[in-house]
Amino acid sequence: MLVYIVKRLLLLPLLLLVFSVIAFILIQAPPGDFVTSYVAELAASGSSMDRLQIDALRELYGLDRPGYVQYFKWLTRMLQGDLGVSLDFQKPISELIGQRLLLTVILGLSTFLFTFAVAIPIGTISATRQYSFFDYFFTVFNYVGVATPTFMTALILMWLAFSKLGITITGLFSPEFADEPWSFARTVDLGKHIWLPIVILGMDGTARLARILRANLLDELNKPYMEMARAKGMPEWRLIMKYPVRLAINPLVSSLGWYLPLIFSGSLIVATVLNLPTIGPLLLRSLIGQDMFLAGAIVLSYFGLAVIGTLLSDILLAWLDPRIRMEEA
Amino acid sequence: MNPDHILSVRDLKTRFLMDEGTAKAVDGVSFDVSPGQVVGIVGESGCGKSVTIKSILGIVQKPGEVVGGEILFRQRGNGAAAAEMVDLAKLDGRGKEMRAIRGSDIALIPQEPMAALSPVHTIGNQLVEAVRLHQDVSKRRAEELAIERMTEVGVPNPAERMSMYSWELSGGLRQRVMIAMALSCSPRLLIADEPTTAIDVTTQAQVLRLLRGLQQNHGMAIIFITHDLGVIAQVADYVVVMYLGRVMETGPVDDIFHNPQHPYTRALLESIPSVHALSREPLPTIEGSIPHPFNRPAGCPFAPRCVAAMPGKCDRRTPKPTQLNGGQSVSCFLHNDAAEED
Repeated sequence: MLVYIVKRLLLLPLLLLVFSVIAFILIQAPPGDFVTSYVAELAASGSSMDRLQIDALRELYGLDRPGYVQYFKWLTRMLQGDLGVSLDFQKPISELIGQRLLLTVILGLSTFLFTFAVAIPIGTISATRQYSFFDYFFTVFNYVGVATPTFMTALILMWLAFSKLGITITGLFSPEFADEPWSFARTVDLGKHIWLPIVILGMDGTARLARILRANLLDELNKPYMEMARAKGMPEWRLIMKYPVRLAINPLVSSLGWYLPLIFSGSLIVATVLNLPTIGPLLLRSLIGQDMFLAGAIVLSYFGLAVIGTLLSDILLAWLDPRIRMEEA
Repeated sequence: MNPDHILSVRDLKTRFLMDEGTAKAVDGVSFDVSPGQVVGIVGESGCGKSVTIKSILGIVQKPGEVVGGEILFRQRGNGAAAAEMVDLAKLDGRGKEMRAIRGSDIALIPQEPMAALSPVHTIGNQLVEAVRLHQDVSKRRAEELAIERMTEVGVPNPAERMSMYSWELSGGLRQRVMIAMALSCSPRLLIADEPTTAIDVTTQAQVLRLLRGLQQNHGMAIIFITHDLGVIAQVADYVVVMYLGRVMETGPVDDIFHNPQHPYTRALLESIPSVHALSREPLPTIEGSIPHPFNRPAGCPFAPRCVAAMPGKCDRRTPKPTQLNGGQSVSCFLHNDAAEED
């Protein structure tokens, strides 16, 4: 088990290096650079800059150098723990994304836990009571959940909450806590706000995972070990929870590898709609403004979260399934 | 019920109600099991032998249902004879009373040990569970009991096996583990569902010998299900021959093999390959194939394939079981004209 984890951990830096190249290429892909969009912005507001000033700015940020030089300078600084300065905000990037990254992770993991906590009971009951009212109800509910875009759900819920209840449900904090340092009261406030984004973000995944679990479980329920457990005199529910559910959860855990990164990056639009202080809306702004170092740092942290998600699913799967554990050791 | 019997199945009927129609998987089966007796139920696949034992265990799954008959079982206890009797067909399969009997008084050895064991739980976990479902003992004690049982059924290094998984054992060992599990609560009736089908021939002989030995040591009764008459000859005292959900013939093992009365039993015996047969001589087979359960023939179910079928009689009415001399019983118009009422 330990060997298995270490093996996977050793792969991590290599993966991140590859990802950093991809991230850099992606960010450099659009025509123009930060200065171009900065000049455009100035022009839009009526002022302008002369050629010399523009060149000086390019030189200052190293934008006049060839791409690979820019990449290596960027990589070297990153390896030293310096994420650089946002050209747009004129602030260190670590300061800009630190807090937001934490909230992104908190939101992502809570959504993930919510998804499993809701999907497992729904999937289990749907499979064991196949073709019952409950099963049909959740089949419809799940299709709606999968088919509705999450930002749409967010908009509908926001409108409902505002028009019927008269409350605004954007953000993760009440205004008085937004820029406060962490405290107990702030954490409580976060708890009061975070459930809605969790439900919105988790609905899609819950629906999918419940369908997967239902299908897996229906396969497992006819296996001979069920008959054996019954023949032992085991109560029906206890045996369902111990054997088939346990086995049907394995494919669900392997879906964690793609699902966790999806929550992190998929929350971008919802986070923008709901005005959440996560890294999603910041990425959108940095991309529009061609703020390359900020965008690079954010894309790379998405990659990092994706890798960690996959790693977690690998470890969890090995822990759950002895067959995988033995094979890898 | 005869006081000598531990189990008495009377006119058992189990049906599967499906969209395509009703399958009469078991259609009026009767037989008895005495304490310490090995009863072999033999028949081709699809003859209802597995459904019969599932009915006895109360684990027939929907859309299947026991619709008629009695399964009288003599429970453990020293009370008055009448109080000890219980009709398993009347109990709720998932109910407490049935679950208390299942795995404790009546235990099952399944057909495929690999599929019957969970691949993600250790052998020990599953053995301890079987012990603790029926005996109020500590986990420690249950482990000791499990190891004792494994030793008894000849599993080498039983303590080490406790932490192993089913897929780490050989086929023969897996079957021994299943036998240890079935024995964990000292059942008085053991049901073995083709226990030797999934293992190779040399191991088969060992498992059969083991079951015979255990049966004698514990004085258990065994219902042994198989399609293999050779296996029946080795283990059974008494044989029930089934075809398409009905009992064709029953009797002591020697009579069935040396003096078969039913044309189906005879046909089955003739189709056993023998080392004494002439080489390059085609093996006799039973003409035709088993009809689909939705499409059962009228009258005697074997009539369409029977060499001695009497047109106008066998395809109209169903023969009643007739007791012959020497404990044999046969359902065939060749022996008695009495028919079942429809």
